[in-house]
Amino acid sequence: MNAIILSAILGVVLMFSGIFFPNKATVRNIANIGMLLLLVANLAEQNGHVFFHINTNDLLSFSKFGLLFNSIAIGSTLFYMLLSGRDIEKVGINVAEYFALIFFVLCGVAIVSCYNSLLMLFIGIEIISIPLYILTGSDKRNLKSNEASLKYFLMGTFSTGIMLMGITLIYGAKGSFRLDEIGYVINAGREVWFATGLLLLLISMAFKVSAAPFHFWTPDVYDGAPTVFTSFMATIVKAAAFIGFLRLFETIFPTSTYDWKLILAVIIAATLFIGNVSAVFQQSVKRMLAYSSIAQAGFMLFALFSRNDMSREGIILYTLGYSLATIGIFAVLIKLKDYTFDGFNGLARTQPVLAATATVFLLSLAGIPLTIGFFAKYFMLASAVKSGAHLWLVFFAVLCAVVSVYYYFRVIQSMYFKEGFAETEEVQPVFRWLLVLLAGAIVVLGIFPNLILQYMYF
Amino acid sequence: MVPVLLILIPLITGAALFLIRQETTAKALALFASLLSLAVMLAGMSIWKDAAHLTFNEPWLNALHSRFHFELDGMSQLLCLLTTFSFPLIIYGTWNNSYEDTNRFFGLLLLSQAGLLGVFMAMDALLFYFFWELALIPLYFLCSRWGGEKRIAVTFKFFIYTFLGSLLMLIGLIMLYYKAGNSFEWADFINLKLSFREQVPIFFLLFIAFAIKMPLFPFHTWQPDTYEQSPNAVTMVLSAIMAKMGIFGLLRWLVPVVPIVSFQWGDNFATLAVISMLYASFVALQQDDLKRLVAYSSIAHIGLMILAVFAPSTAGVQGVMIQMFNHGVNILGMWLVVNAIEQKLGTRKISELGGLAQKAPVLTVLLVIVALANIAMPLTNAFIGEFMMFNGVLGSTATKFGVAYAAAGGLTIILSAVYTLRMIQRVFYGNTNSRTEHAKEISTNVQVVLAIIVVAIVLVGIYPKPLLSLTSDVTNQVISRINLK
Repeated sequence: MNAIILSAILGVVLMFSGIFFPNKATVRNIANIGMLLLLVANLAEQNGHVFFHINTNDLLSFSKFGLLFNSIAIGSTLFYMLLSGRDIEKVGINVAEYFALIFFVLCGVAIVSCYNSLLMLFIGIEIISIPLYILTGSDKRNLKSNEASLKYFLMGTFSTGIMLMGITLIYGAKGSFRLDEIGYVINAGREVWFATGLLLLLISMAFKVSAAPFHFWTPDVYDGAPTVFTSFMATIVKAAAFIGFLRLFETIFPTSTYDWKLILAVIIAATLFIGNVSAVFQQSVKRMLAYSSIAQAGFMLFALFSRNDMSREGIILYTLGYSLATIGIFAVLIKLKDYTFDGFNGLARTQPVLAATATVFLLSLAGIPLTIGFFAKYFMLASAVKSGAHLWLVFFAVLCAVVSVYYYFRVIQSMYFKEGFAETEEVQPVFRWLLVLLAGAIVVLGIFPNLILQYMYF
Repeated sequence: MVPVLLILIPLITGAALFLIRQETTAKALALFASLLSLAVMLAGMSIWKDAAHLTFNEPWLNALHSRFHFELDGMSQLLCLLTTFSFPLIIYGTWNNSYEDTNRFFGLLLLSQAGLLGVFMAMDALLFYFFWELALIPLYFLCSRWGGEKRIAVTFKFFIYTFLGSLLMLIGLIMLYYKAGNSFEWADFINLKLSFREQVPIFFLLFIAFAIKMPLFPFHTWQPDTYEQSPNAVTMVLSAIMAKMGIFGLLRWLVPVVPIVSFQWGDNFATLAVISMLYASFVALQQDDLKRLVAYSSIAHIGLMILAVFAPSTAGVQGVMIQMFNHGVNILGMWLVVNAIEQKLGTRKISELGGLAQKAPVLTVLLVIVALANIAMPLTNAFIGEFMMFNGVLGSTATKFGVAYAAAGGLTIILSAVYTLRMIQRVFYGNTNSRTEHAKEISTNVQVVLAIIVVAIVLVGIYPKPLLSLTSDVTNQVISRINLK
């Protein structure tokens, strides 16, 4: 509850701060402090200190899992703002609004991680999406940014419509929006409505997490949006959609008599294949990362597929590892003048710290041991092996992971082994230290993932 | 305590080297650290021989039931000894090679040493996998950064190959984890009683990873290119030590864990090993590049070890153990000679060399001894190992084709004599040409290192008993698992 209320209030505060403080740096500092407060408030709630006692009539339910995810999302956003705050300022003149919109998105994230009613899911997804449509188009004079925004908006509303249709059908079949009730309602004649409703829900959520074959918007939108906001969209927002998705699969999908595993298996295989193979052929690192985010979504879908204790732990590690590494690599990418692979040539000479930390982020994305990305992938694969169904999928995922090494390592090769003089914008010493801190966190968590997992239970 | 020291010394020094810009200091520190590891290893084999010093077992990931469990049993001791013995020789033997960013080069080299030692000591499957990958990453950077002209593409192929293998192995280990009741302990793995059908997928998942690493035909295509393109010091690590990771994997994680498949289908893999040996020997005959020649000869020698593993008997497995050490030492000698020639004369083409014996008599004498060891002459260490392996293959009750295998294996020994001696003849005897006319004797450090290797060769060749008794327990363990059926 703390996070939902506070983020909404802070969003409003930041909107007005733009009027009172013309200095951009002041606004940024307010945003950073606000985000820190939000993190503290959510951590307090994790430890049982709830500031706002509101009767939600079971529309929301606050579990350890949801709150832990909130902390991860808010913490990642804090890191993101510290790293890329200055770059947010460069996008346009309405700096305060950008920060305000980020806070509103987090409000939606907090709802999606803790909803107990399908209506709240819908509201949460909308609160996340609408600010993102604006952020995507925030580079107003750039045609690509406008195109991306419009595309995102059309696709997003379309999928939301499908979701509402699905929710309606489920309500028609079961007479309830509540996740904890739907399972107990037995309504023999309307099983088909229920299944159709679930299918529509599945499709709309697949849109949101950019799973194939509903991924078409992703590359264009991620590529067209200002790079700072792509970083935000591809990490925190995507992870939140996954947590929402996972809740559906833990509660109401198993109550259906249909077997969803095969459908999911096909979606996972398609997502992994399309994401990885398309990423191989990209010339721009930014676009490559867009496709790689599709590929990573394929791995995260394993959590829905296997649905056991391993996968719950795994999705937490995966969202954290993926968010940290992606925020890091995007933060480095923003500093470069040329987004192609060749633009990275010789970065190890011109900016050794950037190159070294970027290497850690890429290794983590590729899932090499000693980084958190390894344990993320490990938990996903192990959970699938444990569930025992469709083992072919595990082998397919492994092959795709090998393909992913190809495009991640291309960046490393450019940075370290190819001659060139990568041009970057001016890099602040603070920025370097933050990158080192982020890379250090990835490595430490890669050796001791327990540091995070213990909060799931205690 | 010994295992922790063995890993921490190279790990910490390796990391520290990234901060030391001064070239000679960096080299000296690397040499010092590698000598320190050797000292610790020797102490572990003599003073601190008790189990308390040789084991380390602390909790790591409670959620996964995985532990920091290192143990130095006989086979681990042998391979750790090889590793810690090789690294000072490699560093000192290539002392005069110059690299850009010397400190990083040696830093990465020591990090790979930490990974290799971890692989040999890990008794927990997840830990084993961790170090397996950890050994690879620094080597990837070493080859890609300091290698030859085609280094980037070649090393990448190497990386992709081995990474695919390790991921398949990871799935196999996860399957074993659930079969063993949520445990990664090696001891739990080998006490599993799995049916044949359960063992088949696990066998192949693990086997491919090891086959790529060794390498075994048809998974070997990365190897000659990578050996050729890598900087010489790295080639030494790759072939003297890393290739042993595959054999080690067979003997620790594959054959004892899934013995039924290894036993019943052993003939298929033994045949593959024979093909590998013959193929590599014939290709080696055609090579003009010294590094490629040694690379292919390495495949042939490794093939014999694989053969002895899959046509098992006590003598054969014992032979494999000791031969892992011997092959590491011998091939290291060969690479050192190749490196010395390349550094002095700037070429590795056999056709461009000749008459070196007149110019560098010390080098020639030392090389000839190493080469004789390479073709398993009596009184050299390889004779002991290869003799035991042939003996084992012939006496193996596990296969009906022991005689055929031994005959084919014998042919490759003859072939190895052909290409090795022909190389010596062309490079060291005959007339000098314009390139070798002004060649000089090799520098003192290479002489010292080669002399140490020659001493090791002869010592083990005459008195192999300490090494044999070191590994006899592990050998019996492996054989007893196979005889269970």
